[in-house]
Amino acid sequence: MRLSPDEMIFWRDGFFKLNATIVYTWALMLALTVGSMLVTRNLSLGLTRSRWQNLLEIIVTGIAKQIEDVGLRHPKKYLGFLGTLFLFVASANLCTIIPGYDPPTGSLSTTAALALCVFVAVPLFGIEEQGLGEYLKTYTEPTIIMLPFNIISELSRTLALAVRLFGNMMSGAMILAILLTITPFIFPIVMSALGLLTGMVQAYIFTILAAVYIAAATRGREPRGEADTTIDA
Amino acid sequence: MLIDWFTVVAQAVNFIILVWLLKRFLYKPILDAIDAREKRIEVELADADAKKAEALGERDAFLRKNEAFDGQRAALLSVAEAEANTERRRLLDEARRAADALSAKRRQALRSDARDLSRAIGERTQNEVFAISRKALMDLATTTLEARVCDVFVHRLREMEGPAKAGLAESLKTASEPAVVRSAFALPAEQRAAIQKALDEIIGAEVHLRFEIAPELVAGIELVGNGQKIGWSISDYLASLQERVAELLNEKAQPEAGSP
Repeated sequence: MRLSPDEMIFWRDGFFKLNATIVYTWALMLALTVGSMLVTRNLSLGLTRSRWQNLLEIIVTGIAKQIEDVGLRHPKKYLGFLGTLFLFVASANLCTIIPGYDPPTGSLSTTAALALCVFVAVPLFGIEEQGLGEYLKTYTEPTIIMLPFNIISELSRTLALAVRLFGNMMSGAMILAILLTITPFIFPIVMSALGLLTGMVQAYIFTILAAVYIAAATRGREPRGEADTTIDA
Repeated sequence: MLIDWFTVVAQAVNFIILVWLLKRFLYKPILDAIDAREKRIEVELADADAKKAEALGERDAFLRKNEAFDGQRAALLSVAEAEANTERRRLLDEARRAADALSAKRRQALRSDARDLSRAIGERTQNEVFAISRKALMDLATTTLEARVCDVFVHRLREMEGPAKAGLAESLKTASEPAVVRSAFALPAEQRAAIQKALDEIIGAEVHLRFEIAPELVAGIELVGNGQKIGWSISDYLASLQERVAELLNEKAQPEAGSP
């Protein structure tokens, strides 16, 4: 029994290999990009627009609104990173409804890669916003004694991000596989539906956590109480 | 081992590529479209606001104009009313004056009618009486009315007494010019002689006489000399009758004039 689509290898040449994770990721990338291109090829600037354009506008503005609610003041700046995180994870999870598809997010390698991206992006956004010195100073707050704990928390939350998504997606696929062997009818369908819900919730959680980390890194200078009040704005 | 490091790197690269692709093909066009639409809506709203303001301004201007028009109309109406009132008063006054003038004229006409009538009646009566008297006298006596008038006159002359007689005698005696005897008709020589004789007897001296004809005396005769006048005429009798007739006519005209 496979625990991860990484184990399904189509081609290998020394260090390089082409496994199911990468192939499915490419497929998703292609679908997302081509879908976007098709819809945005002839966008309407008027008051009437196609339903697909409407759908994409709702998705994009919805994500931007969520980012803003977390406390990031310029959601358009973070929309590329956070929106892509959400769209990729969500589409990867939603596609489990297709038979024979293994979600790339069910591979710890993918979730680790996404978590690493967040791990790298957070300090980058923080430094961009506050400058290197100011950003590094936030690790020594409230006192210098907290420095190791801050570093540990940085690492552990990245690990938690990766493992949380992987665990949820992997377990969903696992449960489905196990249930199929025990009760082949009805019940797996219910679990599959539950899996879709779980996938959406995981995508949302992953994105929101990333947004929260970025928000925490970018507003180190502001007092904590004030930062909360900007959420509604 | 659950983590395959090559896959991790590959997925990270894949993710970065996907971020770029979606930025290029999804977020940018969509956000641009939304911005453009928002801008357009903003412009339209501003346009609508401007139009609304303009419409409000026009409405205000129209209201002001209307008010001014109403005021003007009221002023014109009041002026016209005042003019009509004065015109009406003027016309009424004119009519009243015209009516007054008309009624005065009517009264005047009535009065003159009455006067004419009374005069006509008087003349007619005089003439009639004269005619009747003459006819009666001619029928009763063989002598003519003229002879009788002359007799009456002579009789009067003879019957004169006292101061009147003395005054007449005195005046006729001292007169430088002959005394005038006026009668309505030509006196025959016989009567002239009778008058001459009577006067001569009264005065006691010869009196120069001149005989004249005066038709207005109507069967009368009078003697005028040196400021003295003595005579008899049916005119005197007729005068009183005329007076009475005139009184009667006046009494009849008065109530008519009182109620025009």
